[in-house]
Amino acid sequence: MSGYAEISKNFRPEHGGSLRRRRKITNVFMLGLAGLMSLLAVGILVWIVGYVVYRGGSSINLDFLTQTPRPVGIAGGGVLHAIEGTLILAFLAGLFAILPGVAAAFYVAYNPNTPLGIVVRFGTDVLSGVPSIVIGIFVYVLVVKSSGHYSALAGGMALAILMLPIIIRTTEEMIKLVPGTLREGSLALGAPEWKTALKVTLPAAMNGIITGFLLGIARAAGETAPLLFTALGNDRFEVGKMVTSSLQNGQNIFQALVNIIQQPVDSLPLTLFKYSQQPDIERINQSWGVALVLIVIVLVTNIGARLWVQRRSSQLKG
Amino acid sequence: MWQALMIAMGALVLALILAIGFLLWQQSQTAQSQLGLSFFLPASSTSWDPVSGLFQAWPFIYGTLITSLVAIVVALPLSLGVAIFLAELCPSWLRSPLGLLVELLAAIPSVVYGLWGIFVFLPSVVAPLGEFLGSTLGQAPLLSALLGGVMSPSGSSRLAAGLILAIMITPTIASVTRDVLLAIPRSQREAAFALGATQWETIWKILLPYGLSGILGAVILGLGRALGETMAVTMVIGNSIDNTASLLRPGYTMSSIIANEFAEAVNQLHSEALIEVALVLFVMTLLLNGAARWMVYRAARRTPTGGR
Amino acid sequence: MNLVSAQNSNVFKAGKPGQAVTLAPVRQAEQSEAANAARQAKMKIADLSVFYGKFRALAGISLDIPENRITAIIGPSGCGKSTLLRSFNRMNDLVPNFRLEGQVALDGEDIYDPAVDVTDIRRRVGMVFQRPNPFPMSIFENVAFGPRLYGIGRHSDLAQIVEHSLGQAALWDEVKDKLKESGMALSGGQQQRLCIARALAVQPDVILMDEPASSLDPVSTLKIEDLMQSLKGSFTIVIVTHNMQQAARVSDFTAFLMVNPERAGTLVEFGATPQIFTNPHHKQTEEYVTGRFG
Repeated sequence: MSGYAEISKNFRPEHGGSLRRRRKITNVFMLGLAGLMSLLAVGILVWIVGYVVYRGGSSINLDFLTQTPRPVGIAGGGVLHAIEGTLILAFLAGLFAILPGVAAAFYVAYNPNTPLGIVVRFGTDVLSGVPSIVIGIFVYVLVVKSSGHYSALAGGMALAILMLPIIIRTTEEMIKLVPGTLREGSLALGAPEWKTALKVTLPAAMNGIITGFLLGIARAAGETAPLLFTALGNDRFEVGKMVTSSLQNGQNIFQALVNIIQQPVDSLPLTLFKYSQQPDIERINQSWGVALVLIVIVLVTNIGARLWVQRRSSQLKG
Repeated sequence: MWQALMIAMGALVLALILAIGFLLWQQSQTAQSQLGLSFFLPASSTSWDPVSGLFQAWPFIYGTLITSLVAIVVALPLSLGVAIFLAELCPSWLRSPLGLLVELLAAIPSVVYGLWGIFVFLPSVVAPLGEFLGSTLGQAPLLSALLGGVMSPSGSSRLAAGLILAIMITPTIASVTRDVLLAIPRSQREAAFALGATQWETIWKILLPYGLSGILGAVILGLGRALGETMAVTMVIGNSIDNTASLLRPGYTMSSIIANEFAEAVNQLHSEALIEVALVLFVMTLLLNGAARWMVYRAARRTPTGGR
Repeated sequence: MNLVSAQNSNVFKAGKPGQAVTLAPVRQAEQSEAANAARQAKMKIADLSVFYGKFRALAGISLDIPENRITAIIGPSGCGKSTLLRSFNRMNDLVPNFRLEGQVALDGEDIYDPAVDVTDIRRRVGMVFQRPNPFPMSIFENVAFGPRLYGIGRHSDLAQIVEHSLGQAALWDEVKDKLKESGMALSGGQQQRLCIARALAVQPDVILMDEPASSLDPVSTLKIEDLMQSLKGSFTIVIVTHNMQQAARVSDFTAFLMVNPERAGTLVEFGATPQIFTNPHHKQTEEYVTGRFG
């Protein structure tokens, strides 16, 4: 056992020179490693996006975006069916998810500490963790099996369930950002709770809610697994043709639309998946094209949302 | 009335979760009773033969677990590095853009990862890596179970799935960890620096231990994502029943077998067996996500009291 | 000299925390006290200016910190006392856009010289903060943290250091039976003494204290003040305080800072504490210490 004087010698600069050097080297090395990891992560992003742009760019042309597929092996054709499908699915998903999402968010924001509030909060988190394919099976059993066919409607429902936690979470946060004084002022003037929510809180939080909603839609637009057994896919889907033939059969526009959403439908990610599995160079090229379209959608919505939020928060800060 | 609507919608969320669990359970009843426990218990050789009604899901459970494990092992240093850089080292003008780039990684659709995986990542990284590992570490006695065998020329393998999953869950783990680090009071760093600690020593010996339960929550969250991932995995894992444990061989995960076979299930029992697989997956992610949220919640609330 | 300073400090120790300062006539001895100090300056600050970006926080400060004495830095709030203190152990390096002109020397070496190892400076010039900030570890591990950095790993060695440091910080008797308990479970005053012990464990030459007792109750404050007196024999202590009575009670030398018209902190006067409080040379100093402002 060394004496205290002995031990404390270690602190003197003359001693422990190699330890000092080692500490310095370790510091630089590990911090450098952290920087390297960040570079790697960004590098992978650039690699993926760059390659998709490179491989997919050549497939994108007007035909690609406006025509339905040609049979396998024949050049040309496009993915109009998938674009229309994605739009319809996104629309349905948004339609189904918006009201429950916003209402549930209001409940949780106003009642965070009630038993139901806590449980719903927790439930939202749990729901966001359910694998998308499990949700697909759920909707299959609930809708497809009982109705006897695959449909855009079923696909829209599956995507809506997927979107719900996102909408609830972002809406809740936006509501909480609205100053309490706004709500109190409205209530003090005698407005009932629901009117206050609708006419005061909601508009104030609207920008953030829309941003969250769009992000949710973008996420839903990129999903494939839940559609495998709900929307299934349909490469003869073409809204224009279907509407015209419905009208020609004597149905009105409303019935035509109902008819459309009961068809199986393709989406961009679903098409990408199916084409990627086919041993045909045309299809492979087209799947890269679809990948590019998806990347653009994703980049535009995410970066746009970020910039929007930043602009808003700097506006609020004045 | 507004109140009622809010409550109803809140309850809807719960109802959904319960309904999912219930339906999965109910729709796989016959499979459950017919196949019993051997459905998911480990066994050295299993079969999944829809035609003759033999269903043992262990290879899929194993596939899910091992690919997720690889994902965590690879993602952890990557995410920690990114989080540490973002929270402690990054100049402030870089913080927001870099954070955005990392988040973009999370926004890329799963199928795009899969496509890039098949045609870019697998040939250029996984296939050579597999060949290297198989001929070196795979020969070692202890590791041959995990790294033995020959990788298929395309690179489709459990390893491929694990690596792509690692990339996909890194943003999740990194951003939660970064938030955990940023929440640690400045005074802790000041105390460490004032004693002459280097930046790394402060991070490693003070900050990471301080935020440990939050970081653990982040990892579990990432794990939950990895367990449920379907498309990218399905596209690169090879989708064949392989009874070895090797990472170099192709395989299935629970989600990829469902994705592959459900739409063309040959009979009722087949469908139900697949639904039972979905049930197992559902329960696993439920438990895991519950644990993760609880830990993050605990980390946010607690005042540190731990001694060594 | 000891006798003289003891007589001086008797005058000022008569005031307890909360009581008014009593003034006493000028002593000749304070002149030689100051002269001695100049010869034994532990730290020499020469024409120091500190900038955060374009904003100049300190302007042209020069003073010598005498060895083995307690030097107090006083002044109205916002005048840069903490900034000055943090320039002594390069803690300001952590603030973005920080820039320094002038020189800060420890034992004759410029601490801002690029060749100098910052972590070494910070070991030699320790710091205790306004709010106690123990690590979320056991009391033992808190104190052992510093020594461990310097390669001391043997438990018996660490135990010696921990006991010695806690003893120096007048905390050993209170915690010797609960070293494994969390440092954060202690009371505020005990936590601060733990932080002092932690700083002492790496054997610094200088201890900087940034308003160390301002978040503590009067009893704990008194303990800390007594502790400072017992430590000054082995260490050089610099304390920032907004409490004039404390400065008068505790310190041997006092530096009075004020903002100039450009809102930068400048040194108005520096001298032996009795002189500053009984016979200040500058009008501003007199106004401050007699409580006419600030």
